[in-house]
Amino acid sequence: MNPQCSSQMSGLTRLWRPGLILLALVLSLPVLTVTGFLLQPAGENWLHLKQTVLPEYLANSAWLVLGVGIGVLLVGVSTAWLTAMCRFPGKAFFSWALLLPLAMPAYIIAYTWTGMLDFAGPVQTLLREQTGWGYGDYRFPEIRSLGGAIAMLTLVLYPYVYLLGRAAFLEQSVCVLEVSRTLGCGPFCSFFRVALPLARPAIVAGLSLALMETLADYGTVAYFGLPVFTTGIFRTWFGMGDSVAAARLSALLLLLVFLLMLLERASRRQSRYHHTTGRYSRLPEYRLRGGLRWLAFALCLLPVVLGFLLPALQLGYWAWLGGLEPLDAEFRRLVLNTLMLGAVAALLALVLALLLGYGKRLMPTRGLRIASRVATLGYAVPGAVIAVGVMIPLAAFDNALDAWLRAHLGLSSGLLLSGSLFALIFAYMVRFLAVSLQTVEAGLDKIRPSMDDAARSLGYRPRASLQRVHMPLMKGSLLTALLIVFVDVMKELPATLILRPFDFNTLAVRAFELASDERLADSSSAALAIVAVGLLPVVYLSRSISQARAGHE
Amino acid sequence: MFKKLLLLLPLINLATPVQSAEVNVYSGRKEALIKPLLERFSEQTGIKTRLVTAKADKLLVRLQNEGRNTPADLFITVDAGRLHRAKKAGVLQPVESETLKAAVPAQLRDPGGQWYGLSQRARVIFYNRERVQPSELARYEDLADPKWKGRICIRGSGNIYNQSLVASMILANGEQATEEWVRGLVRNMARPPRGGDRDQIMAAAAGVCDLAVANTYYYGKMLTSRKNPAQREAARKMGLLWPNQQDRGTHVNVSGAGVTRHAKNRDAAIRLLEFLVSPEAQQWYAEVNYEYPVVEGVPVSERVRSWGEFKADRVNLDRLGELNPEAVRIMDRAGWR
Repeated sequence: MNPQCSSQMSGLTRLWRPGLILLALVLSLPVLTVTGFLLQPAGENWLHLKQTVLPEYLANSAWLVLGVGIGVLLVGVSTAWLTAMCRFPGKAFFSWALLLPLAMPAYIIAYTWTGMLDFAGPVQTLLREQTGWGYGDYRFPEIRSLGGAIAMLTLVLYPYVYLLGRAAFLEQSVCVLEVSRTLGCGPFCSFFRVALPLARPAIVAGLSLALMETLADYGTVAYFGLPVFTTGIFRTWFGMGDSVAAARLSALLLLLVFLLMLLERASRRQSRYHHTTGRYSRLPEYRLRGGLRWLAFALCLLPVVLGFLLPALQLGYWAWLGGLEPLDAEFRRLVLNTLMLGAVAALLALVLALLLGYGKRLMPTRGLRIASRVATLGYAVPGAVIAVGVMIPLAAFDNALDAWLRAHLGLSSGLLLSGSLFALIFAYMVRFLAVSLQTVEAGLDKIRPSMDDAARSLGYRPRASLQRVHMPLMKGSLLTALLIVFVDVMKELPATLILRPFDFNTLAVRAFELASDERLADSSSAALAIVAVGLLPVVYLSRSISQARAGHE
Repeated sequence: MFKKLLLLLPLINLATPVQSAEVNVYSGRKEALIKPLLERFSEQTGIKTRLVTAKADKLLVRLQNEGRNTPADLFITVDAGRLHRAKKAGVLQPVESETLKAAVPAQLRDPGGQWYGLSQRARVIFYNRERVQPSELARYEDLADPKWKGRICIRGSGNIYNQSLVASMILANGEQATEEWVRGLVRNMARPPRGGDRDQIMAAAAGVCDLAVANTYYYGKMLTSRKNPAQREAARKMGLLWPNQQDRGTHVNVSGAGVTRHAKNRDAAIRLLEFLVSPEAQQWYAEVNYEYPVVEGVPVSERVRSWGEFKADRVNLDRLGELNPEAVRIMDRAGWR
């Protein structure tokens, strides 16, 4: 903050700073509640865990994160750059189609691929019929393995890197790229030396989202029988009923995430990545020729086919086998509930992220930085654990209020917040704030601070400069934040399942209900509906994003 | 900002006056397996029902945290291990009802009346008809026999059905013998555990292994699966073997329910429980999921009857819940993933 501004800011700051810290604290409450169990002494279960399974959990989680990290970077960055900067057949189609796997929940893709590739599935059965082999006569990669889990999670999580990376490539000024060309850089050289470093904050934001989601995933790893941190947490908390040992595991997980964040920060050191010019003109596209064109085509086609098309076809086939669910009033209500929750949560998360992100930009104090960092840790925590973290403080508040009212006024308020949609939305904020905040911050980071100064010197107050300068400049990032949170909320299952009010269903809940006892085939209609409902905003918003490049109207 | 917050107000529970003619259910059993019965109950009695379904373990955490203000009157879940856990957590209350006592056999309910079994399922051994003669084994204990090395499929130890099975072994043979048994079983596994019960049956049918351990109703559902012909065919290749018929009997478990400690509609909840053990409800409740009724004399479905009569282990199921933590530790030590 420039010293000359602070006098006119002070009135605002005095109110905003504690307000924002309070907001961040409230959002951190569930994570803090869970880690708070650490203060209780470790029981014998913890000792037992340490002696038997903990090293394996650690190793598997580490491999999973490493594998998915490499996978999403390779797929996400390459496709983002190709669709942003190159011209090749199908580019317009791929620029939105590459987002399709985003609409596919990880556990659903895991079920469908297992159905296809398992020993008893159609692929291996066909293989055996054609060759006459039996079990043990041939080697076939086992889908339900660490490698399989890495593949599944990569397929559904690369869109985070793709989305943020592509938005960053599109927002880059053509000037820096042209300068790199005049300095003798070819397309690939300017990609590695200019475009990639400039897009790094956005790519890292996407990567950390993907990795946090990986660490929080339960459905896929549980189905694949992989002993990782989340399975360990579930087992000790809900299986052994030992919340302390489970919280220790969760805290270890959070530590891991914190370490990752610090590592990235340290590697970036003091570098900043702002755009130094506001001159935007149409991006020149590299025209790919000959074999390269088709290589680019194949590179973009593969993730769409594997991450969306084949699983969707399999779901469709199952749905067709069993007869589609009737699109009755009940089903329409499911869709409405799902859309409503997704929209409310996405908007609210965006507002909160703007408040925190912009607040941090205006007042980069340590307190605010740490508070908002803690508030975003929720993304790395499994939904069910967040749900418990939400449940405990809300129920404590409800019961305290009720006890006070009973004692002083003789009436009972019962449960005010617990078991309401408020609790659900609150849980979504805790879980998904990281998504919108990372995205908004990545957008803000690219705007030079001198833009702020210019806006302020022209008489804009902070709010006006946010609305008139920052928000239009990062429209793409804002839409991205909305889109990801919406789709994430729509797919979210564990927290929704446990926190929802009586007789309140969503599509994800319905899919889970129908997939009773690992029968995904039976829930294929609902699963397809999740994918279909998720498609509309994905396609719509991805078009808006590509049109949202600054300098284009 | 304030205006935005106001918009959220409708999301908060508006304190609704407690009506006497309703009962609120937290169910770990799926909606499709309970809702039709609740509707039938409402038709018969005029008592309204409201339902939340979720994973039982997490519903229990919700019940615990909501404390005395919980809206739930009845807690339904599967597996005695979980019912016992709910009892231990202090979220259930004793219910004295002659109807319930007369209908539910003593070993299928809590001695203190805190929970009552509603349906039974058996955890049995399935064998690949082409590769195994049913005479080759007779007991769960045989699964640790080295002759089955690399020939057994069973799901992970995180699953409560396996935990309860191990608990029943502890009760029958003691801790030490059980740990040895688990080690032997782990050595005999054809592959590291993965997937659910159905996947084990599928794998055994496809030849990955020769024996699979699974609950009976999965078999029934696979045999009748409309959407998945592969499952139907796989199940047909497998035979069902009732273990331990010459001694203590096959390990069975229940789905069951208990009235919550802070139930606002206690009487209605008891009426619902009593309705659930009425012959009509019992028949539907068991049939819809290929299970066995708990009430004697209620006919089982034709499909289930075709698997034959069997002798069930008559140990009180609440004891299995007590032994659950020990079972989990043994499985961890023995390397059952």
